[in-house]
Amino acid sequence: MRDVLGIINDTDIQHKLKDLTRARSTAAVPYGGRYRIIDFVLSNMANSGIKNIGILTQTYNRSLLDHVDSGKEWDLLSKRDGLFILPPTFGYDQFTGSLGDVDHYYNHLDYLIRSRQQYLMLSNSNIVYNMDYRMVQKYYEEKNADIVLIYKNVDLSEKNSFRVLSLLIDNNGQIRDMAASKEKRLSPAIALEIAFMKKTLFMQIIDDCIARGYRDFTKDGLIKNMDKYRIFGFEHKGYASKIDSINTYYKHSMDLLKPEIWKELFFSHGNIFTKVKDEPPAKYQASADVRNSLIANGCLIAGTVENSILARGVTVHPGAIVRDSIIMQKGQIHRGAVVENAILDKDVVVTPGKQIRGEKAYPLVVEKQAVI
Amino acid sequence: VTVLPPYVRHDGGHWYLGTANAVYQNIDFVDQFDPEYVLILSGDHIYKMDYNILLDYHKEKQADVTLAVIEVPWEETHRFGVMITGKHNEVLEFQEKPKDEDAKSNLASMGVYVFNWKQLRKFLIDDEMDNQSNHDFGKNVVPKMLEENYKLYAYPFRHYWKDVGTVQSLWQANMDLLHDNPELDLYERDWKIYSVNPNQPAQFIAANAQVKQSLVNEGCQIYGSVETSVLFQGVVVGEKSSLKDSVIMSSTKIGNNVSIERTIIGEESIIEDGCTIGQPGEGQEGITVIGENVVVKSGKTIPGGVEMNIDNCHEFGCIPHNIGEEGAETK
Repeated sequence: MRDVLGIINDTDIQHKLKDLTRARSTAAVPYGGRYRIIDFVLSNMANSGIKNIGILTQTYNRSLLDHVDSGKEWDLLSKRDGLFILPPTFGYDQFTGSLGDVDHYYNHLDYLIRSRQQYLMLSNSNIVYNMDYRMVQKYYEEKNADIVLIYKNVDLSEKNSFRVLSLLIDNNGQIRDMAASKEKRLSPAIALEIAFMKKTLFMQIIDDCIARGYRDFTKDGLIKNMDKYRIFGFEHKGYASKIDSINTYYKHSMDLLKPEIWKELFFSHGNIFTKVKDEPPAKYQASADVRNSLIANGCLIAGTVENSILARGVTVHPGAIVRDSIIMQKGQIHRGAVVENAILDKDVVVTPGKQIRGEKAYPLVVEKQAVI
Repeated sequence: VTVLPPYVRHDGGHWYLGTANAVYQNIDFVDQFDPEYVLILSGDHIYKMDYNILLDYHKEKQADVTLAVIEVPWEETHRFGVMITGKHNEVLEFQEKPKDEDAKSNLASMGVYVFNWKQLRKFLIDDEMDNQSNHDFGKNVVPKMLEENYKLYAYPFRHYWKDVGTVQSLWQANMDLLHDNPELDLYERDWKIYSVNPNQPAQFIAANAQVKQSLVNEGCQIYGSVETSVLFQGVVVGEKSSLKDSVIMSSTKIGNNVSIERTIIGEESIIEDGCTIGQPGEGQEGITVIGENVVVKSGKTIPGGVEMNIDNCHEFGCIPHNIGEEGAETK
């Protein structure tokens, strides 16, 4: 897919991720013990053979820039094409949008124009999935489509606290109706905010929107143009989850404890790459009791860990208990402390005997570097 | 880092004939840097040392050669070159692998040397001319310099150090890491041990798994029990399998109901369901070794002390990976 330009949109502010996104964008939120959420889409693009990738960022991007660095972990460090950071060109919080923001795209049209690629793969930064985009391009050609939107069939009873793009798809795969709403569902098909089209078509849609004062790519660029363009839906049958709140973050992180999901996400179409660090192996002391958990390298475990995810360099001292929790990098849980249903951001210290308890439906979030 | 393998030259070239000859063949490479000092190390030792301190010591003593030494048990002196030193750590005498009763010191040379390049250069050339020489630093070059009254100093090193040139010592060095407070601390934040780190997800410990006193790496999936063992990246331990006192290298898959003790298994091997490997018994005290890319067929019992690899695995009813009798075997 050398002829495809990858665009990752990280301009959406996920306010409901609360403390996790106070100092970082959604793309840079730690995930699965050693990843950042953006690693999934970035690896999908790299594994599919996309060699030119632009990331639209927001103001808090230090953490993301540090993480992706030169792009070498995704094999994107190259003299031709490579990884491009497209920083915000205006106050990002003036806008709220779903599938990208027309103004953001418009301000970086130059990057699109200068890229040699003919096609465009567009994805939001907050989706956890492992997918071979080459299938999408094949489908696009087969259907002679103008635009392909990737969708997933979900349970209609599933409530969502955010606007989703609901689709009505005919037998031939063409999208006949779309609705962007919190409640309205046209069918079980929900767009994953991943799209494939010709670069020139994308630029034309952006241009049309700007000319008419429209700002929402989904509503103005796609829904209003439904009759003008042949828009098709491509079903992603595998696992995909959208991280847009503390609850979805917690729930979907815990999905990784199911071996079939762990295997699919990390090994199905190609590996998920991330910034690699030199950490020693995880060490389990004689007193360690670890069950149903994901443990990253560099952890030192002497206590009890159940149904939890421990990121790199976490220490669980003897007699400490961690249950149903996510502990990010270098967290320290001291002797006799108890952590339950909680999300501890990086470098949190829980001093001896302290107890931190949230509820499964409302996990407690402890901000970075807090000492409890 | 530049790797300097033996190379072909106008006379055809040849393999490195000894440690000193290896450096001799690369004199031109060292000359490019025109160094004052040269630090010579071995690749098969496990230890953490700040060579700055060693070099400062070398300068302070105005030594011609500084050798790092470590105290070893007297009964092991026959495995090492030992130094008899004076009050100021100057080397008075050198014994290469003395018989136990003859050993006059238990300060063993670690094979870590600082030389002044100009002097070493001359000795390497002289040593090359000497047909009687084994072209070895410990055996030839260092004793020769001592003989010619050069100033040799011993630098006493008092931390963990292990030569892992044998199966037993490699296994022991791995086991040494498993104590709650091991002598060699891999977790020091400002003295990391760097390596090539493959891209693998966080390790998965299943609900019925048990992992104690072990080191486990990324990409591992543990469904069974792991005790006092070291697991490299991507190792799978199946349900109801148990692993004890063992070292399992990258991407080796262990099936269900397998029992393994005191065994080192190489990379990408497969241990099928129901195998028993390395159980102790009369005459089976040694460490069992299963080489890389071996498939141990289901239900097999491999007694303790066996060393199996892709060349001799047929003798044990096993096969090399990927060339099974019924065709490719990749699962």
